[in-house]
Amino acid sequence: MPELSIAEALREALREELHRDPRVFLLGEDIGVPGGFGGAFTVTLGLAEEFGRDRVRDTPISEAGIAGVAIGAAICGMRPVADVQYSDFLFNMMDQLVNQAAKLRYMSGGTLTVPMVMRAPVGATARGAQHAQSPEAFFTHVPGLKVVAPATAYDAKGLLKAAIRDDNPVLVFEHKLLYGSKGARSEKGAVSPRGEVPADDYIVPIGQGIVRRPGTDVTIVASLLMLYRALQAAEELAADGIDVEVIDPRTLVPLDTALILRSVQKTGRLVIVEEDNLTNGWGAEVAALMADDAFVWLDAPIKRVAAPDTPPPFAPILEQAYVPSVTRIVDTVRSIL
Amino acid sequence: MSNDIAESIGSTQLLAMYQRMVLARRFEETVNDLYMQGRIPSTLHLAIGQEASAVGVLSGLKAGDTVFSTHRPHAHAIAHGVSPDAMMAELMAKATGTCKGKGGSMHIGDFRLGFVPAIAIVGGNIPIAAGAALAAKLKGSDAVTVCFFGDGAANEGAWHEGLNLAAIWDLPVVFVCENNQYAASTPFREAFRIPAIADRAAAYGMPGVTVDGNDVLAVYAAAGAAIARARRGAGPTLLELLTYRLCGHSRSDPRTYRTREEEAEWQQRDPIPAFAANLVSHRFATEEQLAEIDAEVETILVQAIAYAEQSPGPALADVVYGLYA
Ligand SMILES: Cc1ncc(C[n+]2csc(CCOP(=O)(O)OP(=O)(O)O)c2C)c(N)n1
Ligand SMILES: [Mg+2]
Repeated sequence: MPELSIAEALREALREELHRDPRVFLLGEDIGVPGGFGGAFTVTLGLAEEFGRDRVRDTPISEAGIAGVAIGAAICGMRPVADVQYSDFLFNMMDQLVNQAAKLRYMSGGTLTVPMVMRAPVGATARGAQHAQSPEAFFTHVPGLKVVAPATAYDAKGLLKAAIRDDNPVLVFEHKLLYGSKGARSEKGAVSPRGEVPADDYIVPIGQGIVRRPGTDVTIVASLLMLYRALQAAEELAADGIDVEVIDPRTLVPLDTALILRSVQKTGRLVIVEEDNLTNGWGAEVAALMADDAFVWLDAPIKRVAAPDTPPPFAPILEQAYVPSVTRIVDTVRSIL
Repeated sequence: MSNDIAESIGSTQLLAMYQRMVLARRFEETVNDLYMQGRIPSTLHLAIGQEASAVGVLSGLKAGDTVFSTHRPHAHAIAHGVSPDAMMAELMAKATGTCKGKGGSMHIGDFRLGFVPAIAIVGGNIPIAAGAALAAKLKGSDAVTVCFFGDGAANEGAWHEGLNLAAIWDLPVVFVCENNQYAASTPFREAFRIPAIADRAAAYGMPGVTVDGNDVLAVYAAAGAAIARARRGAGPTLLELLTYRLCGHSRSDPRTYRTREEEAEWQQRDPIPAFAANLVSHRFATEEQLAEIDAEVETILVQAIAYAEQSPGPALADVVYGLYA
């Protein structure tokens, strides 16, 4: 089985879906311009040459326009996949995403569907406050949207395909340090996991988390880059005989609460790691759900490890202090043992 | 009234247009009464006085075309042929409404007829309409999208993004500005430094046309040209229809931001009596025929009220359904 980076796996998903379904098309800034970048992180590289610039459609810098066009095309029978250069720019489309995409079906009495995908890169990468946020939690608060966050190449392909085939608006959050983008678009400090990705058609169902590392003492829930930090923390703790179970939710809406609950029933301890600001993050929701459903199994307070409630800073040493580190995760786990 | 246009439309369709205008007017007067009696909840944005623009534009569409409306959608929906029964039921928050009681006045629509449930975020419908037009283009169909909005919407960012995208991609869409001189209480002259909204079309490289929006045949002709242009793949048009709402912006609007003299002037230009007089004087219809239509409209409304009142409300359990497909 070929080993791919996440950027390559996403590209393969897009290519296969463009082949499979004539309703699928891509739109976004700098995604197909000849001689261009293939999107901000190379995901769409080569697709315009293969499928033409009608179906790999470059747009001006018009985020509200991109989202609105995706919605209009979706309700009229197409399956648009929009590329958002940085997830920070989702805020330029908030009306379209929150008031329109998420609500049109409900307020129409279920008479239309909005099968669209927005792909958006998250994560702090020394770009300062406006190209660094991890805004997944905002969208988990909006009924009508689905939110996925693939952290491996296998999931990237399978979840993106599932998102494209889903009849609802799906936001796909990708992490800048996980893409494995090459050349001029490569990232300092990248983790860039490569993984085996079947060349054939498969999906990873939306709504299913996965246990990345089985353990018995503590459950850690973490997605995207934080998953890799959690796994590293688990290794360090294992050296001291602490057996950590690491869960990758993969989908934030709808959340696989049953999987997390089963794990907490076993371990009695829960730590949630988020790259986003602490207050009202999706981790707070996981904590509330487990306080409710897992109360009798819990042996310690639920803990969250997250960024402080400030914008992401620029200075690399500040950024390092800002994004939850392996050490913070390790210390937090120890604090509840 | 331009006789040439009327001739080309023919008596039968002219009478149908008259019927839709009267139905829109009487529907809104009726729902206003029902609202005052407490039989309709919420708020209402009525388009009384703007019926010529709704009917003039939408009479030129074909099955398969798509329509986008605004917070002021009743006249558009009636003009497009959405069922008055289902509209009345929606306004009364019944399960048989166009949106099963989940939409209400500001989201009236029937997507089966290509009328997208109305979008009440000012300017929010513009890029979505561009997307609907893009879908038609990608599918190789000749369907056209019409998108209504008010003068106020032309100052929203989404408006500019949507018009530009439609222009650069030559999308089959007609942007119809119902310039009724006010955005809520804000007069046009306070919100624009240019004499006409259609002037902005030049900024995007599309034709911009300003027409008397109270002359249904002038509207029909101008919209028809824009629709034909879109249908043959020549791209979008910005059509500005000058009109006036002969009523308040929404419930309990004392209209103290405008003068009674100005209102009286526009009352003289009420599009419905003008159209009726012209139909009769140019012998496209007789007084009797028009009176018959007026009576028929009353019957439709009595039936719509009865239908809505006899309809069940939505089941309470329904609140959590219909969100995801
Ligand atoms: C984005 C947004 N801002 C404000 C409002 C509140 N609002 C509803 S209608 C309206 C006036 C709109 O004026 P115009 O576009 O000219 O349409 P008209 O009401 O005259 O038909 C306002 C401010 C809204 N619905 N959406
Ligand atoms: Mg107005």
